[in-house]
Amino acid sequence: MSKLVVEQVSRIFPGVAGGEPTRALEPTDLLVGDADFVTILGPSGCGKSTLLRIVGGLETPTTGRVLLDGRPVTGPGAERGMVFQSYTLFPWLTVADNIAFGLVEKGMPANERRSIVEEWIGQVGLKGFAHHYPKMLSGGMQQRTAIARALANEPKILLLDEPFGALDNQTRALMQELLLSVWEIHKKTVLFVTHDIEEAIFMGNRVAVMTARPGRIKSVTPVDLPHPRHYTMKTSPEFSALKAHLVEEIRAESIKVAEQVA
Amino acid sequence: MRPLVPIPGPRRVLLGISFFVLFFAAWAAATFSGLVSPTFLADPVTMLMDGFTLITRFGFLGDIGITIWRVLGGFILAAIVAVPLGIAMGAYKPVEAFFEPFVSFARYLPASAFVPLLILWAGVGEVQKLLVIFIGSVFQIILMIAVTVGATRRDLVEAAVTLGAKPSGVVRRVLIPAAAPGIAEILRLVLGWAWTYVIVAELIGSSSGIGHMIIESQTLMATGQMIFGIIVIGMIGLVSDFLFKAINRVMFPWSLA
Ligand SMILES: Nc1ncnc2c1ncn2[C@@H]1O[C@H](COP(=O)(O)OP(=O)(O)OP(=O)(O)O)[C@@H](O)[C@H]1O
Ligand SMILES: [Mg+2]
Repeated sequence: MSKLVVEQVSRIFPGVAGGEPTRALEPTDLLVGDADFVTILGPSGCGKSTLLRIVGGLETPTTGRVLLDGRPVTGPGAERGMVFQSYTLFPWLTVADNIAFGLVEKGMPANERRSIVEEWIGQVGLKGFAHHYPKMLSGGMQQRTAIARALANEPKILLLDEPFGALDNQTRALMQELLLSVWEIHKKTVLFVTHDIEEAIFMGNRVAVMTARPGRIKSVTPVDLPHPRHYTMKTSPEFSALKAHLVEEIRAESIKVAEQVA
Repeated sequence: MRPLVPIPGPRRVLLGISFFVLFFAAWAAATFSGLVSPTFLADPVTMLMDGFTLITRFGFLGDIGITIWRVLGGFILAAIVAVPLGIAMGAYKPVEAFFEPFVSFARYLPASAFVPLLILWAGVGEVQKLLVIFIGSVFQIILMIAVTVGATRRDLVEAAVTLGAKPSGVVRRVLIPAAAPGIAEILRLVLGWAWTYVIVAELIGSSSGIGHMIIESQTLMATGQMIFGIIVIGMIGLVSDFLFKAINRVMFPWSLA
């Protein structure tokens, strides 16, 4: 049985001030197995964030349903951790206290919390920054904290919405490797949204490609690259072949978007 | 001068002080030259001497103390009521829908116009003075805090709920800390306004306080004393503002950093 089941999920936003309603997501299906790493790739505005937010319980689907371990998702909760594109660390908490946020909510005693926080600070490479406030951190460090904050909570599934979208290329590449290495250790089930083809291939076990707006998942491409993955893999022939294939798939969608706008 | 470019600290202080110096120089020039008659405006030296007499011979320090006590008393009472209510209104929309229209209306009731009515209700004692300040401050604080809390970043609330925060946790651990620096700033602002209400309350039916001294000086045509009283209020306001800012800096280091 699949860990996560997305069944005919769609979303229509009501029109603002009597305007036309927005079809953000066409009825979509997706199955994600335990310890799977699925990347969702699609052009801007195709409904990637909407789909992820529905799985996260932050948005209610207009039709369809989402099941996690066979139980329907009805709202947000600790079992589905999220990392957003915008920096969402709590500015009044230090790095350590941000990571401990969910643990405090669970009522975990302080000494247990401390060892988990310390463990995660090490894993995301933030040793020495435990007592810094978010304002004192670079964007990459903030996102590393956000990932640690979500994972320290031990969610059943981790949802990431273009978490590295605002970072420069070098930092982004480092963050990809870091997240992969964490995944290789913990084998979490991950849903990772991106509009970057290389990122989608490098990170994912499978790449789900979405159609242009209003989007739905049109194909799922397996990525048979071995783990652990190293950045040099991005220049391998297998990688290039996958990339060529996905470029074709995405190109068709991007052209549709361009024509819609014209 | 280029827009928004900060200037070094010492220069900022110097510029700030130089306006005070200019102000006093202009005042001295107008009064010592005889351009303005002393009946209407005392010169700075007379003002200082009158102030000295007030403090040494007429126990003016006691008046100052009483006025400060009234302002703080009324203001703290208002804050005790307004801060929790404002947070509740900002956080919970039904609470806001219930109170907001009335509070918006009450905010425009002029506190000074309540003075005669409050004298009828509460006499001319301390209760009446505190009530004037309370009425003048409480509605302002409620509304401003409700707006600040309601404007908390939605993505922070979403991050909290995906970390397992329950509704009460969202209020306690996200809305309140996120709004705290804003709330402190609102209190600082309203405390400044409270100073104008206390003087109004003391101008009518009072036998003590800075306002009372000012109105008594009017009957004696002692413009030096009146101006001294006004300047004292300004000074206390400046000091309390300064203290408030310093406390905020210590309490919310994360919002500046
Ligand atoms: N709250 C909302 N109300 C109305 N329309 C919305 C809302 N949220 C999203 N939309 C619309 O739904 C569509 C899909 O939005 P979504 O944010 O899911 O796209 P996306 O694929 O994440 O895009 P991007 O890559 O730019 O982040 C867009 O056309 C957007 O304008
Ligand atoms: Mg998006």
